[in-house]
Amino acid sequence: MKVEENRKPIFSAKNVTMDFKVARKGIFAKKSTIRALNDISFELYPGEALAIVGESGCGKSTICRIAMRFYKPTYGKMYFNNENIHELKGEKLKEYRQKSQMIFQDPFSSLNPLFNIYYHLKRPLQLYHPSDKETMYKKMDEYLTMVGLTPPKEQGEKFPHQLSGGQKQRAYIARVLAVGADVIFADEPTSMLDVSIRLGILNLLNKLKKEMKKSFIYITHDIATARYFADRIIVLYAGHMVEWGDVDKVICNPKHPYTKLLIAAAPDPEREEKIDLPVIRDKDTEIRQWTPESKGCPFRTRCPEAREICASKCPEAREVESGQFIRCIHG
Amino acid sequence: MGAVLEVENLYVDYITENGHIRAVDNVSFVIEEGKSLGLAGESGCGKSTIAYSLMRLHRPPALITSGKIIIDGKDILSLSENELQKFRWKKISMVFQSAMNCLNPVVTLEKQFFELYKIHGITKSRKEAKKLAEELLKIVGIPPERLKDYPHQLSGGMRQRAVIAMALALKPKLLILDEPTTALDTVVQRDILQKIYELKEKLNFSVLFITHDISLMMEFCDTVAIMYAGKIVEQAPSMKILKNPHHPYSYGLKNSFPSLQGEVKYMEGIPGSPLDLKCIPKGCRFQDRCFKATKICFEKEPEISLLDEGFFFCHNPL
Amino acid sequence: MVKKFSNSKIINFIKDSPKTVAGLILISIVLVLTLGAKLFTPYEPMQTFDGLWRAAPSAEHILGTTQAGKDVWTQTLYGGRVSILVGIFAGSIAVLLSLIVGITAGYFGGIVDNIITTIINIIMVIPQTVLLLIIASMVGRISPLAIGLIIGVTSWPWGARIYRAQTMSLRNREFIKSAETLGESKIRTLFVEIMPNMLSMITSGFIGTLIYAIMAQSFIEFIGFGDRMSVTWGQMLNNAQSTGALSSGVWWEILGPSAFLILFGSGLTLVNFSIDELSNPKLRAQRIMRKYYKEKKAQEKLLRKQAAVTTSNKGGIN
Repeated sequence: MKVEENRKPIFSAKNVTMDFKVARKGIFAKKSTIRALNDISFELYPGEALAIVGESGCGKSTICRIAMRFYKPTYGKMYFNNENIHELKGEKLKEYRQKSQMIFQDPFSSLNPLFNIYYHLKRPLQLYHPSDKETMYKKMDEYLTMVGLTPPKEQGEKFPHQLSGGQKQRAYIARVLAVGADVIFADEPTSMLDVSIRLGILNLLNKLKKEMKKSFIYITHDIATARYFADRIIVLYAGHMVEWGDVDKVICNPKHPYTKLLIAAAPDPEREEKIDLPVIRDKDTEIRQWTPESKGCPFRTRCPEAREICASKCPEAREVESGQFIRCIHG
Repeated sequence: MGAVLEVENLYVDYITENGHIRAVDNVSFVIEEGKSLGLAGESGCGKSTIAYSLMRLHRPPALITSGKIIIDGKDILSLSENELQKFRWKKISMVFQSAMNCLNPVVTLEKQFFELYKIHGITKSRKEAKKLAEELLKIVGIPPERLKDYPHQLSGGMRQRAVIAMALALKPKLLILDEPTTALDTVVQRDILQKIYELKEKLNFSVLFITHDISLMMEFCDTVAIMYAGKIVEQAPSMKILKNPHHPYSYGLKNSFPSLQGEVKYMEGIPGSPLDLKCIPKGCRFQDRCFKATKICFEKEPEISLLDEGFFFCHNPL
Repeated sequence: MVKKFSNSKIINFIKDSPKTVAGLILISIVLVLTLGAKLFTPYEPMQTFDGLWRAAPSAEHILGTTQAGKDVWTQTLYGGRVSILVGIFAGSIAVLLSLIVGITAGYFGGIVDNIITTIINIIMVIPQTVLLLIIASMVGRISPLAIGLIIGVTSWPWGARIYRAQTMSLRNREFIKSAETLGESKIRTLFVEIMPNMLSMITSGFIGTLIYAIMAQSFIEFIGFGDRMSVTWGQMLNNAQSTGALSSGVWWEILGPSAFLILFGSGLTLVNFSIDELSNPKLRAQRIMRKYYKEKKAQEKLLRKQAAVTTSNKGGIN
């Protein structure tokens, strides 16, 4: 089993809820509130990868942005080594910035086009691990080799537009390593890359996870790669955690209707005949917006197993099997 | 059952100040009536160039240097602008990647359909156009009262459905789908593709489906053609390519999609990155990334090897 | 290490683009003539030639003399210095102000942005010419430098809006977010990461403002609010106009300053177009396609000529 006892989580979220005020039509209409995240709690241990899977609008990117301190959660807290990240100041804040980094979705704009790769690696070293020029270049070459950009002296001098999409993403990962991050938030790191090089990047992240004990939060809409790379998984719907736990258990034996829908919708060429998606089509067939006043289970309008009670009471989290949790009254 | 689309020896170049870049190199394929062909490949393989060239929508610096594109018996490369305009949308129409690129953001759906019908001479009456549009929307699964909305008031999936409805408005013989669902979620994607499949059976049109998502394509297309660096490297019925790929690139692509069933094994993908068309090597274009490359692959381009329902180009097939 | 353009790229660009060359030539001519005025004329600008009032052009006075008996050519050359310098002065102030204001508003957003935008909108409403007239009427005569200062301080809102928009769009690019998560200070991000990416826009903005400033300054002086005693292009035109030069047929007094204004303005505008091309690849693509078609035509012509020669050599067909 993958779970060890007496491990301390390196990063955790407790009951995080995030509301955004949105302007409505008309100048004099009151602003309405959208609840992007509702009661999110999870723990991330060193050397493991936690996947957060959901469709667009479910709030998975918002979790990242809160962790990077772009927003402050309306309720709830996020902890790094048991300290509230939104209350850090001074030295502790600098340490947090160093230890937690983010990989972006778009490799084409995550590097500044005017500077070469060495510059992108030099800045983090200068800010967090200052040393003399020779040591710095040695370290930079080490990182470039680690991510597979060889020969490092040649690749380091290149500018972003001279690298391919996959190489750009590798260069960015080298930068994250140069900072010395221990918790890495990867926000759809491969969705804009060519199909044949996606696995290369995921294998690299896997290597970092296993050999350097880095922790990852892997955000994606592709549930197959989540299974390939992650150890545990959270399925998000309309800002709610609907199913979470061991990745094999959740994917091979899903209990929540939404997880079942996601897996049925994923492309699978081995399937012989056309399948009917286990979902009810309502007028929109899209994710609904959740507000602080909304009641009941967020998935009820599309759930083929919905009952009357689902409209009034939001289900509590419960463990259906060892290591697998859902927020549903069925299953 | 005749062929709806025949592409013969198509060459498309991009004119740059440093020379010509051949984006599409001697591509030929055929789509029969009522069948669907999937064109798979990564960035730089030329599939989008082909899509735009088929409707002569390519813009400078792209230039069709030679070849024939025969749609429903007519070679469209020889048509004048006027004839081409009558041809487009009636015989062949296209669904682009992002619906917001097709829909006019400041005009309601109703008006867009009306203009569509007016320009192609179907009807000049708003009432009739509205009736026809409502029927179309019903077919794709959009409630008819949404006709009054502007594009930004619809969700992504609905916008794409509206675009598909517009593409099918004049009952074309061939529908080109250029990465129609890349910007959409998996559930919506599957919904839309299944809907297109149903419509294909009902209205009997052919489909050219262009995408980089091979596993999706295998589910929806009869035949699959895999492109690399401007050439088709293998073409075969989708089940055959899935179970028995001949070209190492097809094999590698198949192995780039982790599966949801069975054990989680280590997968390689394909080492290296897609070929930069500015420096095309001597011999087979796939040489740098191929695990079966031998000496001859670096010297001579492979010849065509015919199968009973397809073909491939490889010196050392699997 | 900031990227520098390689030398050959710039030289090739100049060779390919007649617009740039023409523009640079015009600018150089004017600059050389005005800055090196001593070499091109033996006289002083304020030197009066008794008895030679409104004299037509002759061997000693290429452009004749003014109403007050001064050599037009000399005044044009020396006056050019002041006009151009004041233009540069005003342009620099305007660009500097618009940059600082625009980038600050775009980058910091929130309440800072709101305040600055309100200020921009208010100042944009104030008509510049009216402001200048009011100040002039209060002060009497305004020296060229003061005119330059006023122009500089009132023309920045337009550029500020543009830089603000560009900064806002750059700000959401991931590499800026990446710098922020790295812990870079906001000021450093602003100057080292964002601003260099706007360089072509800043240069183009500077040249545009320069043209505007020179024209505006000349206009102010032309309508009579400049310093009577100064020698600038605008002042020369004012002198000519107020003494009825055109109606008396004294065209040479107007030709000097007008011609130089036109030449310099056109030269700057042409160079501005080329900078546009540098940053907009689509314009470049059009130019390349034109060149391609031209070469193709030339090649075909050559082939036809060769074919004609060979047939006539064969001595057969007529």
